[in-house]
Amino acid sequence: MKTLITSKGDSTDSFFDLRFGRGKYFCIHDSETGNIEFIENLNAEAQGGAGTKTAEKVIELGVKKVISGDFGPKAKDLLMKFKIQMVMITDSNKTVMEIIKSLS
Amino acid sequence: MPFKIAIASGKGGTGKTTVSVNLFKWIIQHWTEKVQLVDCDVEEPNDHIFLPEYLLSHQQEITQLIPKIDLNNCTFCRKCVEWCEFNAIVVIPPVQFAEVNNSLCHSCGACIIACEDNAMPEFPYPIGKANFYKNENGSVLLEGELKIGSSMQTMLIGEIKKLSNPNAEVVLFDSPPGTSCPVVESVADTDYVILVTEPTPFGLHDLKLTVDLIRELKIDFGVIVNKSGLGTKDVYEYLEKEDIPLLGKIPFNREYASNYAKGDLSANNEIFINQYHSIGEALKERMSE
Repeated sequence: MKTLITSKGDSTDSFFDLRFGRGKYFCIHDSETGNIEFIENLNAEAQGGAGTKTAEKVIELGVKKVISGDFGPKAKDLLMKFKIQMVMITDSNKTVMEIIKSLS
Repeated sequence: MPFKIAIASGKGGTGKTTVSVNLFKWIIQHWTEKVQLVDCDVEEPNDHIFLPEYLLSHQQEITQLIPKIDLNNCTFCRKCVEWCEFNAIVVIPPVQFAEVNNSLCHSCGACIIACEDNAMPEFPYPIGKANFYKNENGSVLLEGELKIGSSMQTMLIGEIKKLSNPNAEVVLFDSPPGTSCPVVESVADTDYVILVTEPTPFGLHDLKLTVDLIRELKIDFGVIVNKSGLGTKDVYEYLEKEDIPLLGKIPFNREYASNYAKGDLSANNEIFINQYHSIGEALKERMSE
């Protein structure tokens, strides 16, 4: 199963990003293969609709669980429509690796 | 074609409504009855509160057209998504999902041009109302009122302006504060802009921003200093240095402020009447130029 974690940088040492639509990078962790991939969020600086675009990306990538600080109403609507689990973490001092480790 | 005057300011609370309403009354009395006041401050329209003799006569719903994706025709090519500047369209090909988000759509129409599959029929959605108020002589106050939650104030202002009376001699547009899109829309296509400021550091700071905006739009303008006697002299030095015409100074008056707080804007004191007289005459001269 694929999980998306919002991240401030493009490595597993990077800190977790509390923002969903405007998170700098997305870390995609695949629990079956153990594969970890980082993609840059091209909509981080968008005037509007960043959350919607990120939710769109999540669904397109076949991600089933998203981990971020919070989710806006438009993103939440879309994620709920596709039954994607939303996990909120409020501690921004965690690294992406720490979060991945806590998944298993 | 009417002579179109916009009343604007950078800072809020400088007296745009005070000037608009009093000028409107002065023009009716001393210039022409064929004058219309248009309240473009669609997020908080309140000119009508100061004109209680004008009663609501009818309302017109203003809508924006938003496309709704027809899933029978959509091929999920994502061309509409690529064209949308507002991130308002979500198309997810693997799950055959396509939807326009109404609160993000600005009705620019780009997606409809981009779509080659005739999958984007448009439907009207309300963004606000045009309210027409009339007095017993048939004089009309037009007001835009934004629907709560809508972010389409600029479009609404544009639609309200289209409903203003083309047969009027003079139309006054009471603009919202600030220097962004709704203000640009309110002053666009006007013949003259009156900037209302107050002689405070805050008033001057925001006046400078607005002057830059109006100069960029290449519209002729002048300044009214409201609440004069308060604050500092800096605004007058600025106007002189920049060679900006000072149309009038409306003195700060405690009694007037107290009446205003009760919803009464009538300037029945001689100093006020004289000020509006000279401002009105100056505008009349501008029009004949």
